[in-house]
Amino acid sequence: MGDETAPDEIGPKQMAMVEYLKLGDDPHLVAYVCDACGATYFDRRNACAACGARDFSTGRLANTGAVRTFTIVHRAARGVPAPYVSAVVDLDGGGRVKSNIINIEPTPSNVSLGMRVRLATYVTATDDDGNEAVAFGYEPEAA
Amino acid sequence: MSNQDPVWILGTSMTKFGRYADKDLIDLAAEASLGALDDGGVTMAEMDVLAAGCLYEANGGVGQRLQKQLGQTGIPVYNVANACATGATAVRTVMMAIKAGEAQMGLAVGVEQMGKMGMLGADRAARSDKQVFERKGRFGSVVGVEGRLGTNMMPGVFAQAGMEYAYENDGVGFEQFAKVAQKNHEHSTLNPLAQYRKAFTLDEVMSSEVIAYPNTLLMCCPTGDGSAAVVLVSDEKLKTLPREQQRRAVKVSASVLTSDPWTEGCQVQPDVNTLTRNAADAAYEDSGVDPADLDLVELHDCFATAELRHYDNLRLCEPGGAGEWIDKGGPWRDGEIPVNVSGGLLSKGHPIGATGVANLFEVATHVRGEAGDRQVPDAKVGLAHVIGLGSSCGVHILERSGL
Ligand SMILES: [Zn+2]
Repeated sequence: MGDETAPDEIGPKQMAMVEYLKLGDDPHLVAYVCDACGATYFDRRNACAACGARDFSTGRLANTGAVRTFTIVHRAARGVPAPYVSAVVDLDGGGRVKSNIINIEPTPSNVSLGMRVRLATYVTATDDDGNEAVAFGYEPEAA
Repeated sequence: MSNQDPVWILGTSMTKFGRYADKDLIDLAAEASLGALDDGGVTMAEMDVLAAGCLYEANGGVGQRLQKQLGQTGIPVYNVANACATGATAVRTVMMAIKAGEAQMGLAVGVEQMGKMGMLGADRAARSDKQVFERKGRFGSVVGVEGRLGTNMMPGVFAQAGMEYAYENDGVGFEQFAKVAQKNHEHSTLNPLAQYRKAFTLDEVMSSEVIAYPNTLLMCCPTGDGSAAVVLVSDEKLKTLPREQQRRAVKVSASVLTSDPWTEGCQVQPDVNTLTRNAADAAYEDSGVDPADLDLVELHDCFATAELRHYDNLRLCEPGGAGEWIDKGGPWRDGEIPVNVSGGLLSKGHPIGATGVANLFEVATHVRGEAGDRQVPDAKVGLAHVIGLGSSCGVHILERSGL
């Protein structure tokens, strides 16, 4: 995504695990925004799924929001550490995103519907050249 | 014929769902197909069209391979795949051929052989990490997103669908979701065609292994093998058949297929609700049947969390009242509107391609009054629903003949 002020790679060693995560001093998410109807997308679209228009701009999404729904995955895909919390977050100011709830014990008593959360980043994998892939998740705002 | 005339189910059959190590896919499809032809009192030579639904062998020419066992009569064959709505889509394919006036009679069969894959959707491998990171795909990802940016696996996706309902409505939680599984396992004890026929207490459901909270193992459907088939006939043709065939015929009062319209957030959490509501509302309008008229419903309980939402999506309960409805026993076989008296996907099983035809078999068998021990007393009208992620939803309303 063309966002020159927030490079998605800082130095040779860290890169965002997906292009819609921007790193730097102020990590945040960006989305393609339909110029006609305002629908947001994390992936490249040929035309807007909501209205059919073909022109998109890039917009910044808020780092805070509320947990709309979650699950605690115990039987995970091969190679994925479990249990972990998967959640959909309603972002302040619009947009909905799915990621893990991090920096908590993954039990039902530690996650609640409507819980306030904020974006946090962490290194999730390292390749053979020492490059680090940076992921994002959401942690309780109160923490 | 006019395309306003109804299409009828003349014959229907299904194999018991389970595991058939000693049979192949075509054995299962042939068993259901021959059973449906026999049940309808017709032969392959009378079929004008064949539609075969199978997901895992979608490019395997299943319809033509089946003809080699049933009769190569040269009729058009459609091999269809549409996620978990594959079977319903095969039925609709034959229905459209009849409605279009291209066929008077046709056979729709759904079949799947999944073997011991374990629980549905549980075992997808994460993308293996590259040795040197390189951006790939439309998200420009450098490592697999599964488990890092939430889950896309079915038990979790449907758990999130249920928890979203709990977020929006009062009186819904782990216990209400678990009651769905308790009910369907209990119902399956009466169905000789079910893969599992074991009842569990609510406590056993809630304390079984957690797969994706709140879904425990007993709240997730198994994989398995099986097939189901229907013979459809035009109104005009049916009226030329003997009286007994007309009496046992089941009227297809509505047949609707929808996909998921764009809704806020559907890019991160598939919306299984809007397309179900759209399909149900269209089916009620087409048939003139009101939800309160339904004597039974077979709906797509791939996970217990999904079934609870669909009470609301199919207008079986008050808006927002699915938790209260199960608490008061509404969907039990002796309740207000019996739901999944077959045992549902949770216990009858879910051989994917067969599922959307098997639920028509179930509803048809009840409105004919031929369901044996599990018969819903004096059932006259029922609804069958399936949904496949991606998404695709099929809703059919079936009524007793009256001829
Ligand atoms: Zn748009």
